[in-house]
Amino acid sequence: MTHLVVVGASLAGLRAVEAVRGDGFDGTVTLVGAEEHLPYDRPPLSKEYLAAEECPDPRYREHATFADDLDVELVLGTPASALDTSARTVTVGDRAIPYDGLVIATGAHARTLPGTEGLAGVHVVRTLDDAIGLRGALRDGNRKVTVVGAGFIGSEVAAVARSLDLEVTILEAMDTPLVRAIGERMGRALTRLHERHGTEVRTGVAVDEVLHHDGGVRAVRLGDGTELDTDLLVVGIGAQPTTGWLEGSGLTVDDGVVADARLAAAPGVYVAGDVARWPNALFDDVLDGPMRLEHWTSAAEQGRYAARNAVDPENAKVYETVPYFWSDWYASRVQFVGVAAGDHVEVVAGDDADGGPFTALYRAHDRIVGALAVDMRAEVMKYRRLIGKREGWDAALALAAERREQAAAKAAEAAAATAAETAQDGANA
Amino acid sequence: MKIKVDWDKCTGMGMCESLAPDVFEVDDDGSLILHAEEVPDGQEDEVREAVAACPTEALSLES
Repeated sequence: MTHLVVVGASLAGLRAVEAVRGDGFDGTVTLVGAEEHLPYDRPPLSKEYLAAEECPDPRYREHATFADDLDVELVLGTPASALDTSARTVTVGDRAIPYDGLVIATGAHARTLPGTEGLAGVHVVRTLDDAIGLRGALRDGNRKVTVVGAGFIGSEVAAVARSLDLEVTILEAMDTPLVRAIGERMGRALTRLHERHGTEVRTGVAVDEVLHHDGGVRAVRLGDGTELDTDLLVVGIGAQPTTGWLEGSGLTVDDGVVADARLAAAPGVYVAGDVARWPNALFDDVLDGPMRLEHWTSAAEQGRYAARNAVDPENAKVYETVPYFWSDWYASRVQFVGVAAGDHVEVVAGDDADGGPFTALYRAHDRIVGALAVDMRAEVMKYRRLIGKREGWDAALALAAERREQAAAKAAEAAAATAAETAQDGANA
Repeated sequence: MKIKVDWDKCTGMGMCESLAPDVFEVDDDGSLILHAEEVPDGQEDEVREAVAACPTEALSLES
């Protein structure tokens, strides 16, 4: 192994090159990125990057880190356009870069609404340039913001827009938001968070047409014919894996690049991040096929696994994980671990009726497969361990009971301390 | 090896706790409780994993 090429210069790509250099790999390493930017931190782009007064710098590393510490050749600003697995080359612009080991980490790109290309006031949030554009638009005197899609990205942007005191409406095609990600009951519970903060959520509505005037968005026409005036339209209807450049490569592409348990898609070719579809052995009894995640944690881990497997295929390791994602809405933190599958969801702490705080557990085949917490930051990671060990449902409920007892004891202790303080104040008066 | 926390960066994501619960724990308010300042013997791998898994890059190791 002399030349590792990593295509995709976001989190998975960064962690890929850092992992092998950290292990002492002394071959050539090339990192190819479609954007001009150095690898940057994506989760904040729909959260604090939009909300902060001062525009933060989201880059993970400086130029010098790649050049001096990591000895990585950066090829930025042009997307890879072709892969030849027999000649073992990646085409970038007019260059054919030869590889011995390849990591594909080209991520995903935001879905757009047809007919809105080039229209002012219409935004997606995926790249740093997208976020810079939206950040400015939210502060440009625009009053009305319409968000299409009540998923996590759309919800985060809606929350930021509300915090800037804008008028926000979310339009969702499904009857309940986030059904696929967290299930129906929990989707309803999170919708309460929006309503509590004055964001209108309209479900079961179709966007038929985006109406414009002078090259800018003016309104949206809904399926029932009503027109909704808007200054900004934020489109948060998901992302598609970036696989167009792999056409004709012979790799299996099916909503992502299909790989095996070691993230191998072909000899010498490994996948990582949002573009990767692989069988996650931890949930083979729950899922009906390989999975693709668009989460920070799995992208970081897969980047490391894919690169290590690519430079040492003889000792390639299986990757399995308990998925984790978080989302910040208003002042609330939403955290989810595992998969939202199974036959039962049980709220084990707090109350979901008004959007939290609460913790809910997901059951499948009589074991715990998922946990969701809203504003209970101490909870989900304790369940993540149980899920990873394939513990039974009884063990999860036992932990939940123990956690409730601990919380009650803490509350009693705090109440006693307050009472003692009050008595002391009375004595001193 | 000493565990260092950049408290400005930490937001209580909890990945560290799920990987090395003897060392890291997230409190109810999201603040991190560090149960050990030195990496406990035999837990080097877990703690290294926990450091690498931090989404806000708030953790590091100092020898």
